[in-house]
Amino acid sequence: MIDCAATAWVLVSSAMVMLMTPGVALFYGGMVRRKNFLSTMMMSFAALGLIGLLWVLYGYSLSFGPDRASIIGGLDFVLLAGVGQAPSGVYATTIPHLAFMVFQGMFAIITVALITGAVVERIKFSALLVFSVLWMTFVYCPVAHWVWGDGGWLARLGALDFAGGTVVHIAAGVSALALASLLGPRRGFREGEPMEPGNIPMVAIGAGLLWFGWFGFNAGSALASGGLAASAFVATNISAATAAFVWMILSWLHQRPSLLGVATGAVAGLVAITPAAGFVSPIMGIPIGAGAAALCYYCMLFRMKRGIDESLDVWAVHGMGGTWGALATGIFASVAVNSAGADGLLYGNPGQLLLQLAGVAAVWVFALTVTWVLGKLVDLAMGLRVSVVEETVGLDISQHGERAYGGMLK
Amino acid sequence: MKKVEAIIREEKLEPVRKALEAIGYFGMTISEVSGRGKQGGVRLQWRAGEYRVEFLPKLKVEVVVMDEDVAPALAAITRSARTGEIGDGKIFVMPVDDAVRIRTGDSGANAV
Repeated sequence: MIDCAATAWVLVSSAMVMLMTPGVALFYGGMVRRKNFLSTMMMSFAALGLIGLLWVLYGYSLSFGPDRASIIGGLDFVLLAGVGQAPSGVYATTIPHLAFMVFQGMFAIITVALITGAVVERIKFSALLVFSVLWMTFVYCPVAHWVWGDGGWLARLGALDFAGGTVVHIAAGVSALALASLLGPRRGFREGEPMEPGNIPMVAIGAGLLWFGWFGFNAGSALASGGLAASAFVATNISAATAAFVWMILSWLHQRPSLLGVATGAVAGLVAITPAAGFVSPIMGIPIGAGAAALCYYCMLFRMKRGIDESLDVWAVHGMGGTWGALATGIFASVAVNSAGADGLLYGNPGQLLLQLAGVAAVWVFALTVTWVLGKLVDLAMGLRVSVVEETVGLDISQHGERAYGGMLK
Repeated sequence: MKKVEAIIREEKLEPVRKALEAIGYFGMTISEVSGRGKQGGVRLQWRAGEYRVEFLPKLKVEVVVMDEDVAPALAAITRSARTGEIGDGKIFVMPVDDAVRIRTGDSGANAV
């Protein structure tokens, strides 16, 4: 039976999540040197095209098709066979199956776009596309099935992930680390050449689009319009606000209150509340957001101290923020908020924290290993990196024959 | 004729412009440049931590003056662009063979 309010909310949410990918494009694009601004945005926009297409070809089916051994979905929904205006029998049974399918598709797109922050300014565009196809197929679809698929093994185990802390953020974050380590640092990174952000206001606009879209991401994951959606919505805003504020203070203690810092903090808070949004009381967004800002900030410093060029800190923000959020779900969750959830440590159920830990560990190990293997294969087959000259000139011109800022001759 | 090329602080453009106008030089060319002197670069913030920028933004003011005006021009710029702190910039003076006003075709002293 289709519920019109639920359908409207999920369709609007899908559009909002779609807008997050251009948000990522600006968020990342503004942080690289200006010769790579356009190419960095292109990586996200390419995901809108490529993954948007693959999702309806087979991605949705592998993730949400009828369960095969608790590991992967069957091919029943290839080319959207059987996915129509009527609700699915098992997922979001009050909205059209198509609405659920497209909502989930937007998540797959942005997850692939998130990883690109690790490899900006030096990856070969064609290699990135091939990697993206493989990664969606062999990492995203299985993990989405484990966590959200009907019969997926982590779902059956009882690990909670409301809107994608493990599926989206841990998967993207640890994969980013693996791919960056295969690719190696940007030329000059180890020598301390400044990698100056080309346009911080664009980063702030990107963060704003992400914050806006995240209401669709998290509150839309209620898959209905009502009390739970409102609860997730408010939890999301509280966590983002807290983390943005805490990060600002941290940067101020260190030097000056930084706009790049506030934008990054907001994203860290949004990441951390993602798995918890619909399972915790909204006010728990305060400890979750504050914890995310502090953890991600120091993970970033740690990453830099180790000399690892995971360029835009996908691991520190999404990987570690997602890990904290998944564990925090096991601490702060309450059935009083969502009867489909569970009680966490704070409500007398330490076992939930262990389940969350199992989910985190499984996705960490799987994403890290498989991404490394996939990246290695692409490197052997076609080379992951551009040539020295192409890197020096910048990817905007060398990969795309375009540049972000027009010439000076009118 | 000499070309006076002054590398100055960005915020000193208006005082320098007024000082040059006061001695009769309205025409000048300004460009945004990056550079450094003995003071080296500056530290800026990254998302966490910081990075070092080795070259600082400065403005370059170019003005062509008659030989007898070189000393007053140098005095005007030096006076108006100085703060006394490191990073005030430098002035270079170089000979100019000729100059042409494109609109009229006038050359030499008439073109300056």
